[in-house]
Amino acid sequence: MPTTEQFTALFEPRGVIIAGASTHPGKFGFVTLHNLLAGGYPGKIFATNLEGTDVLGVPTVPSVADLPAGEADLIFLCTPAKANPQILRDAASIGVRAAFITSAGYGEAGEAGQKAQDELVALADELGLLVAGPNGQGVVSSPARLCAQIVAPIPPAGRIGVASQSGNFVSSFENYAVQTGVGLSRGISAGNAVCVGISDYLDYYADDPATAVGLAYVEGVQDGRAFAEAMRSVAERKPVVVVKGGATAGGQKAAASHTGSLASDDRVFDGMARQAGITRTPTVEEAFEAAATFATQPLPKGNKVVVLTTVGGWGVAAADAIAGTDLELAELPADLYDSIDSLLPPRWSRNNPIDLAGGETRDTIPEIISLVTAHPEVDAVLYLGIGIQSNQAALLRTGGFYPDHGIERMAGFHERQDARYAEAACDASDTYGKPVLIATELAVTHPDNPGPRTVRERGRLAYASANRAVTALDHLWRYRRWRDARGLG
Amino acid sequence: MTPLRLPAVPTLSEADSKALLASHGLPIAAEKVVDSVDDAVAAAGELGHPVVVKLGGDSIAHKTERGLVRLGLADDAAVRTAATDLLAAATPADGAVHLLVAPMIKGNREFIAGLHRDPQFGMTVMLGVGGILAEAVADVTFRLVPIDAVDAADMIDDLDTQRLLGEFRGEAAVDREQLAAVLLALSGAATDDPRIVSADCNPLIVTADGAPVAVDALVELGAH
Repeated sequence: MPTTEQFTALFEPRGVIIAGASTHPGKFGFVTLHNLLAGGYPGKIFATNLEGTDVLGVPTVPSVADLPAGEADLIFLCTPAKANPQILRDAASIGVRAAFITSAGYGEAGEAGQKAQDELVALADELGLLVAGPNGQGVVSSPARLCAQIVAPIPPAGRIGVASQSGNFVSSFENYAVQTGVGLSRGISAGNAVCVGISDYLDYYADDPATAVGLAYVEGVQDGRAFAEAMRSVAERKPVVVVKGGATAGGQKAAASHTGSLASDDRVFDGMARQAGITRTPTVEEAFEAAATFATQPLPKGNKVVVLTTVGGWGVAAADAIAGTDLELAELPADLYDSIDSLLPPRWSRNNPIDLAGGETRDTIPEIISLVTAHPEVDAVLYLGIGIQSNQAALLRTGGFYPDHGIERMAGFHERQDARYAEAACDASDTYGKPVLIATELAVTHPDNPGPRTVRERGRLAYASANRAVTALDHLWRYRRWRDARGLG
Repeated sequence: MTPLRLPAVPTLSEADSKALLASHGLPIAAEKVVDSVDDAVAAAGELGHPVVVKLGGDSIAHKTERGLVRLGLADDAAVRTAATDLLAAATPADGAVHLLVAPMIKGNREFIAGLHRDPQFGMTVMLGVGGILAEAVADVTFRLVPIDAVDAADMIDDLDTQRLLGEFRGEAAVDREQLAAVLLALSGAATDDPRIVSADCNPLIVTADGAPVAVDALVELGAH
């Protein structure tokens, strides 16, 4: 496994060399330099190009050996595989400690490629270089403002650390980060992962102060035992979310035992994941939402959930979703019941889900969110119905009568209220150290609605539906239980 | 037509399989291994009727499919007839055979537990809902060996059909500690005896008082 110093060279380099910088905007050697510059990387940037022409205003030299020593920690290779050994030797000789190789032509390219790959592994060892890839799409690191990748976008900064066996899934998670505002700390496309595997990156994230949760896409595992042990060690330190590709591969065809005939790759992987404390999700979007929740909400101490809603049907749907998980709807404690009753007219639901049934006044929702979250018998809160007022405000603003008839004042009031509700929910979560999740379809249908927008501005995920919030919260609870059962606190 | 099995992976007889797993803590019913009809009748008398009589041997792996299991034998005459028929059913390919006499264990709930060596993750232990629909229902869960008591409890919680674990048709709730003990025994056996390639405890019948009992077991051994 690479050393912390090598990982630091990869994720926090003082300078970066782009080998094979190109003047052609369709080439990796152009795109990488472009993205690095576009991301505002503050360290020194060097580039090589056989012709020695400037690229995007960056001067180039023909060879890495021509660059000053001790200025760059990371080299990013957009060069043909056959040129790479000499480039890596030159890089090591000027103090580079980490390399990211985009080049294809290795293990994925037949016998000759396999030979080149074996030689690459030996060379990395010889030079003491961390070699990421080959055949990968790049690396991002928000604390270093480093976006060295051949794909878009530049993700917002956050606390999710991504490692993926498919480069495109790094990009997918970055896209979700852009959409939701819940950002990444680090991201790496592991490519062929010949020297550094997914579990190695996750192990680094586990001790990385910038990262709160690991998020990985995994297809194949070389050594299952080693992977399981590494993942368990990661999960003991931080939550880790894994989505496994190829999960439906067939079972043991020729098993002589009944146990063997019931075994399948997927079931064994699933059992391994549960044992190791991995949060495994069936889909990519669920993986992101689980990771975003780990990154932005405290872990629940128990499984008692209160649903607070101004939209009756969504409350019922949330209760149904909770019934399908290990979470439970809390029985409303008598004192909490009385407190709520004193704030609302008699028509409120009088049980959980707490349906305010339109009985709220200006301050009711923030007050009840705080009361419910504070109560010792409540472990988590799901708040539904945010944004409805602002949604109407948007129509008032565009319906042809604005700003007359008092519309201007009313629209502003609605919008301020939704922002207040979001603030109150986030404040309650921060104050009492409990997860408070806010769900509304407006988060995706009208992301600029002040309700979900404020949730986003507070750095939290606005869930697109109650059931998706419940699924994410259930992942947190399962992880909490895994820790508790093993005395991990 | 089942192709002939090459003896590359030897299987232990049911009696030896049970003995091996029982030595690691697997709960099995008292049973007797005998060679003759008379001894079978005597063994049944000692165990108490009704009994089950099976033809056993190292080369006999799939008794049910071959009709080598006689259930619910209520008296001496029934045991005598069954034992005589079973010994007559042995073929030269079966090699040395014996009769296995055991009390008839009854219960409405059946589970399956076992060991399986996964090509990627190595030895695993499994718990599943048993019975004739086991493979169709496939309510099963795996863990990597070795497991601890927390893992064993998690496996029981993992089963989708949790209602089978509570009180059921007048029978007590499944004793979770004993069910966990089955899984820990399997895991321990696999850890201690690297010759084990696979094991089935099928069925694992839950008796009316909630206790799981392995009424059949099959262990495969291989080079390690």
